[in-house]
Amino acid sequence: MIEVRDVHFTYPNGVQALRGVSLSVDRGEFVAIMGENGAGKTTLIKHFNGLLKPTKGTVLVDGVDTRKSTVAQLSRKVGIVFQNPENQFFCESVYDEVAFALKNFGFPEDEVEERVTETLRRFGLEKYAKRSPFLLSGGEKKRVAIASVLAWDPEYVVMDEPTVGQDYKAKTELLNLIYTLLDEGRAVVVVTHDVEFVAECEPRVVLISQGRILADGEAHEVFSDFGLLSKASVVPPQSARFTQMVFGQPRALNVEEAVRLLSSMLGVGR
Amino acid sequence: MSMLDGFKTTVLETPIHELDPRVKMFMLASVTAMAIMFNKVVPLLVISLAQVPLVLLARVSREWSRSMRGGMIFALMIFGMNLVSRAAYAGWTVDAEMVKVSVAMALRFVALLTTFSLFFLTTSPDKLSLALESMRIPYEYCFAFTTAIRFIPIIAFEAQAIADAQRSRGLELDRGNLIERLKKYVPILTPLIVSAIRRSMELAEAMESRAFGASKRRTNLYTLKLKPRDYVAAAALTAALCISVLVRGVV
Repeated sequence: MIEVRDVHFTYPNGVQALRGVSLSVDRGEFVAIMGENGAGKTTLIKHFNGLLKPTKGTVLVDGVDTRKSTVAQLSRKVGIVFQNPENQFFCESVYDEVAFALKNFGFPEDEVEERVTETLRRFGLEKYAKRSPFLLSGGEKKRVAIASVLAWDPEYVVMDEPTVGQDYKAKTELLNLIYTLLDEGRAVVVVTHDVEFVAECEPRVVLISQGRILADGEAHEVFSDFGLLSKASVVPPQSARFTQMVFGQPRALNVEEAVRLLSSMLGVGR
Repeated sequence: MSMLDGFKTTVLETPIHELDPRVKMFMLASVTAMAIMFNKVVPLLVISLAQVPLVLLARVSREWSRSMRGGMIFALMIFGMNLVSRAAYAGWTVDAEMVKVSVAMALRFVALLTTFSLFFLTTSPDKLSLALESMRIPYEYCFAFTTAIRFIPIIAFEAQAIADAQRSRGLELDRGNLIERLKKYVPILTPLIVSAIRRSMELAEAMESRAFGASKRRTNLYTLKLKPRDYVAAAALTAALCISVLVRGVV
């Protein structure tokens, strides 16, 4: 479990990014962290693997205080996939890129080979194994970035803005990947602005605004409270707005639910 | 790195900020000349202290003192190296004169750091470019120069993001011997350089699509015009330079 207890964080330039944040993420849980730009979302997830240490309060990863552990030790458990894949590419081939972390974590050579091959296969990247990661398309780059983290099997998978610049097909693949990870008993934390994506997968939603948690609950609950959403500068999902308009209250979060609701009301089978 | 805090432009409306950038360049040059002219404690102390009222007038004392604190370690190093090398040259004896000269060298650094810090703190890249242009330096060079200054904070921010991503993939920068440690900067420098090249190409395309260099005679929205107080400042600086030359002849 990742436990964040009353964490405050102030950057060296004096910006107070977190002002008393508490939350916990358990294995098997799917959490979406949402909020306006500069709300503190990225600052918060950088505490999960010790890249940032709290100014006040504590962060525990499986009971271990992040202050008493190195980023490398914590990353073994908490894998963070950052927003811009190009910020991590430096190898000549996709193969080496995926192998980089495994070598850092000291996996034996034959296991590195085995894991890289398996990971490339899983992400449909075998054909790019020898190609430079810089020459791939945007969606493929993202896949390599995610693969390079999942290769070492972190128990907590954290993704910063995974849907930015991705087409519908890539988003569906991402969703399927998240469900697989959850089935394997891992925790998945996603930082995102993509309301429709979150509405579709209905995770636990944590709303952050100005360094504080505004709401923490099921997607249905949080996304039905339009007042709360506007405080965090989040526009409600289209289906929620549509049903609000038609029925006076948000009765569906995504297209699937809206179709089910309408067809049952109209008495058409689907 | 805190020394660099004293070089970021501040946007304020003070007499120093509004001084013509050419006059400020003249100030930079003349204070540098004065600091190099002398190698005695008292005149260098005067040059350093004379700039303090200007720093206060420009309301940048906080930024300036931060760069001073960051620069203190270098000042101490200059003092130490001067003293040690002079003592070694004289056969490992120390006298008062050696200490005085070493203090003077450290003060020269403080005077130079202050004037450069004051210049960059109060002169925006745009004004600097205007000043360079008015000195008949081709606009392309002025633009390249100001763009370089403007991109420093962006590249610093990106370097941080890259370091975060690589550390999250198990890169440990502070482990191993010197060679191993230097090698560990490859995963950080490679993405940084790639993105800098990419950024410069994108910038070039954006500039071309906005007709950069289309006409030979480029006009500026703001033009520099010397005001009475600019003449006063320039006259005061000239006087200070003359006095320095005279004093230098006497001391």
